[in-house]
Parts: sequence; C-alpha cells; structure tokens
Amino acid sequence: MPTLIKWRDGRAEAAEDPFTTVLDDMAGIPPGDVIISLPRFQLEGERLLGEGRNVGVRVEAEQAVEDLAYDLPRVSVVALVFPAYRRGQAYSSATLLRERLGFKGEVRAVGDVLREQARFMVRCGFDAFEPADGSTAAQWTHVVNRFRHVYQRAADGREPAFEERRA
Amino acid sequence: MYRYDAIDAEMLADRVGEFREQAARRLAGEITEDQFKPIRLMNGLYLQLHAYMLRIAIPYGSLNPTQLRKLAEIGRLYDKGYGHLTTRTNIQFHWIKLRDAADILQHLASVDMHAIQTSGNCIRNVTADPYAGAAADELDDPRVWSEAIRQWSTFHPEFSFLPRKFKIAVNAAVVDRVATRTHDIGLYLRRGEDGSLGFEVYVGGGLGRTPYIGPLIRQHLPAARLFSYLQAILRVYNRHGKRDNPNKARIKILVATLGAEEFTRQVEAEWEKIGPAGDLPDTELARIRGAFTPVAFETLPARSAAFDEARTKNPAFARFARNNLRPHKKSGYAIVELALKAIGETPGDITAEQMEAVADIAERWGLSDIRVTHEQNLVLPHVKLDDLPQMHAALAQTGLASPNSNLISDIIACPGLDYCALANARAINIAQDIAETFGDPDRAETIGELKIKISGCINACGHHHVGHIGILGVDKKGEEFYQLTLGGSAAEDAEVGKILGPALPGPKVASAIDQLVEVYLRERNDGERFLDTYRRVGLTPFKEAVYADAH
Repeated sequence: MPTLIKWRDGRAEAAEDPFTTVLDDMAGIPPGDVIISLPRFQLEGERLLGEGRNVGVRVEAEQAVEDLAYDLPRVSVVALVFPAYRRGQAYSSATLLRERLGFKGEVRAVGDVLREQARFMVRCGFDAFEPADGSTAAQWTHVVNRFRHVYQRAADGREPAFEERRA
Repeated sequence: MYRYDAIDAEMLADRVGEFREQAARRLAGEITEDQFKPIRLMNGLYLQLHAYMLRIAIPYGSLNPTQLRKLAEIGRLYDKGYGHLTTRTNIQFHWIKLRDAADILQHLASVDMHAIQTSGNCIRNVTADPYAGAAADELDDPRVWSEAIRQWSTFHPEFSFLPRKFKIAVNAAVVDRVATRTHDIGLYLRRGEDGSLGFEVYVGGGLGRTPYIGPLIRQHLPAARLFSYLQAILRVYNRHGKRDNPNKARIKILVATLGAEEFTRQVEAEWEKIGPAGDLPDTELARIRGAFTPVAFETLPARSAAFDEARTKNPAFARFARNNLRPHKKSGYAIVELALKAIGETPGDITAEQMEAVADIAERWGLSDIRVTHEQNLVLPHVKLDDLPQMHAALAQTGLASPNSNLISDIIACPGLDYCALANARAINIAQDIAETFGDPDRAETIGELKIKISGCINACGHHHVGHIGILGVDKKGEEFYQLTLGGSAAEDAEVGKILGPALPGPKVASAIDQLVEVYLRERNDGERFLDTYRRVGLTPFKEAVYADAH
C-alpha cells in the first residue's frame, strides 16, 4: 500500500487513505469509499453514490476531465494518472479541474509520482499524492517550498513574480 | 542587457540548492544513474561518450563581458579550456564531472546565468535576432519579448513534461536571422494595418527526422495577448501530442496530423476559454523593457575617415569590412560578425583565451554587448566605425578576425560522432575539409553567400535541411556516408532542401561541394546567390556534375 501524502496549508503530511482503488479487472466493488475508473463511474457511479459512499474517479492521462464536468460536485476525489513521470497530460487536467471546472475536492496524483515533480504538481492544483519513490511528507514539504518565487499564475493561487514586483 | 532583480537572482539561487541536493543523492549512491537521468536532464546535464556535458543557456544569445569571462573561467577550471557554441545559442562544456556540476551552476548564478531547461521535454532557451537593438530593419526589440517568455516558461508547472522538447523563436526585423519558421513556435512581430503591434504566429516548424516549415496559424495576434495564446498552444499540445513514439512527439506532427486549420481551431477555442487572465500585465512588460540597460550611443557622422583610410591601406581589413560588417540603425556604427570559423578549426569552438579577448574587446569598443548567433558565431552589435581598424587588429591577434562571415567556410556543424552518443557520423572533420578546400579567400568572396550546414545524424542539430547545401551523416554498414541536400533556407524564404542523390563517402564530400560550386559559377546570373541560381535552374545540372562518374 502506498503511503498517501496530503498537501494542506503549505505543507505535506502523511495521511490515512480511506479509499480503495478498484481497477477495472476486479470483479466486484468492495464496501466503503472507492476510487473507480471513469467508464465504470459512468455506468455505476449513480448507484454507488446512492448507497451513501464517497466515490472517487480515476482519470487516465489521455482522458478528458471535461467528461466529468457535471458530476464533479458529487465526486470526492479525482485521481489523475501518470503512467510514467514524463507523461505530463495530468498537469493540464489538474489545472482545468481547478481553474475551469471549479473542482473543490481532492485532486490526487497516482502512478509514477516522484518528488522531483512535487512542486509542479502542487502548483497545478494537486493536493494528494501517492509517491512511487518512497519519499516522505517531510521531503515533499522541503522540495515544494524550496522556491521563494514563481514566475507564472497557476492553480495554486501563488502570487507570481510580476505581482510581487508591483507591490 | 536585462538586469536581474532580487527575484530573478533568488530563483537561480534556489535552483542551485535544489540541484546540489539532487546531485549529492546520486554521488552518495542513493539513486541509480537511471533514476538520476530525469533529474539531470531537467538541468542540461547529458551523459555523453566521454563524460558529462553541461549545456548552459544564453537566453536570446545575449551576453555581457562579465558573463563571458565567467564562461572562460568555467572552461579553464572544469573543462579543457574551451567551450562549444550551439545552434540554440547555448554554450556546451563537454568534459564535466558530476561532482563539479553544482559548483558550476553556482558560478553561473553569480553572473545571472543558468542551465535551466536546456534539455528535457520542456520549453527550451528562447532565441531571437542576434542584431536586436542594432539592426536597421528592426520594428521592436525582440529581447523584451524573449525575456518575458523566458520568465513565463521557467519552471512552468503545466508545461515542464511535454511530449517532447519545445523551442520558441522571436523575430522583430524584416530579415529573419533566427530561422523562425523552423521552430515549434515562431513569432514574427509585425504592425497590423491599423498600426498596432502584433505577432504572426507560426506553429509546427522543425527539423529532425521529418522537417517542416511551420504554417501560419494566426496573422495578427495583438501583442498584449501573447501569453494566453502561448498557453493555449502549449495546452493543446500537452493534451493531444503523441507520446508513444519520441520520433512523432514534436508539435509539428500534431499540426501535420490534424492539419493547420483544425489545429488552429482547437487553439483558438482554448484561447477563448483562457481569456486575458492568461496574459502578462502591460506594467510587467514595461518593467522588463526598462530593465534592459539603455545603450549610450553617440551622435556620429555616417562616414569615418579612420575607417575609410584603413580600408584603402589594409587589404585584410578591407576584406573583413566587406564580409563581416552589417548596417547599424545609428549612423557611424556597425554591427560586427566574429565568425568562429577560422579555416581548419571546429565550428563553434571558442577557447577561454578567446572568450576573455572578446570580453575585453567588447568592453573597449563594443559598448559591453556580445551576442551569440544560431550560426555558431559571435556578434558585437554596437561598434563605432572609427574604432573598427583598432578593433580588427585586436581580433586578428586572437584568431577572431576570420573574414568569412556568410561565406562558404562559415559552416554550421553539430559536434557529431566526435562527441555525441546519438551521431552516426562525424561532422567536424567534414566542415574542416570543406573550409580547407575553399581556403582561398578571393575565391570564397567570388562565390559569395553560401550556407553549408552539417548534421551528424537525423536529429539535425546542424540544421542541414535548411542549408543552401545541407550535409547529413549516415551510417552505412559501419562506414560514414553523407547525404547532400540543396536549396534549403532558414531565412524569411524558409524552405527544406531536396536530396541531391545517393550518399557519398566522407572523403568525397568536399570535392562534391567543389563540383556544386563550379556549376553555380557557370550558371549564375549577375547578383544571384547560390540559392537563387539553384531555384532558377533546378536540381538537375548539380546532380549531373556530382554523379557524372557514376554514369
């Protein structure tokens, strides 16, 4: 089981993961809170939500988060997949979830998630991580907070250099 | 020169700290070379045939003497006393030890330089006209826009893991000296019919395995909307670019697959949604413009007696003046090309001593401004005509007065198999052979402008596709062969060259070039460059000359 790291108020902390990730080749859906694939959510999401559980949706790198737009208020977690660290579509997906679709729930990075990517992920609006490299919450806090400035506006709402300079 | 403020400086300091820790993890054996690879590639550090190679960014090719002296110091301390200028206007040191890399970055940061995003699948060093701020045909200073793009693209959270590398060029003059349309995004600054400043936006140019000249996707983008538009292009690419095959992952393939029209539609739709929130405030653009040191030009007459006299009395100076000077926007000044193409030398190589000499010369006579060109040369953009004779003498002393700018021996060549793990064949020796074949400066001048570009493999770092004569190294059963192309151009009349015929063995290349040149000299009309004659008469006479023996 990967350790879950959550980003809250400018620092990372280790967290319990109440969700079970259900892959498509698994037959049944276990009880409790689950993260299921986008196609499965479209088939069974209604029923699962009706049972009163929290439901998360796993969105693959090439899938469009816009397909979830109308369901987002009912979704607790959107888990965006990095099949390899260099497959960076999820940075756009996270940005769109936060900036365009107004998603307020958890955006989780899953797959080939490395601490070298942490600062980019946090900036794009990810707030939960399943690191694949065994890195700890303390290490995530360290790498994300290393840079005192940023040059662009992004989903994290940090003040970019051009605003700092105006102050 | 853009002057860093505290924010820019702290950004570099933080990056040095980050890299120092990452390198320490590798040196301590906490991570393997495989795990370290993505980390070092975020930072211009390549593992090559013999050692690590560090690629240092020279944003839009602009340097001051302090920076050049620092590069000389690094070359001496950590390399073998020289560096290599690349076609992306970067400088590479090929003999670097990993344990020194963080210290080198610290040295660089002390003079506002870095190696950020000089490799990896991210937005690379922005290139611009090397004559910026000096060219008589300039509409606006492209460095202001380039610096704004540099900042915007530095550690861009959404666009640091693109399908493939991404290169942007800015041209703001009539003549294109940046090979703008061979870039992933090429920007031409233009005035619209109403007089407003805007960009012509070209997307999906590129060389490599499948060369394309980028199609125009927007005729007039209001200048103030540049950054939201860049964001829209990059987002469409990041989401939809191919990632399964690195040879098909550049944006040019996406544009070609969708068609320019459909690609444009998707970009425009995304741009609508992003809106002006994605733009940089005018105040920041104004701040960047103001952070460029104003150049203290004097008011001078258009003619200089000292210059005219030296031209009459000193044939070597006269030749240099004929070939290496370009018109300046201010009367009494010239733009000076320093061709790093002495006959028999490696194109783009520059020794630590030469760097220091150029720094001194730029300080004394060049208003402390130095540029690197994508043709692997240096430019001193602001020199008084009065000072040129003295400056020429100083250049000649350090072997930097090659009077062959734009001539046949002013060759672009990638490092090739001598250094690069990707290469199929050597490039440097071919460049040297050709330069020696055309070593007679009178003959070189008779031939006139002729751009030869050599790549040691299909990745085309030597831009062979857009050479008037392009040369591509290929491997045939372990032997080095070279495929020739004719008629390419990287300028405003951009075009991809056509293959002349079967590849030739290395020792035959220089003599084949000689045969091509003879055809040109025979066929040319008054005032025609090699490229013009080729365009008029076509491939056939050239082909016949080179392959006559085979019939």
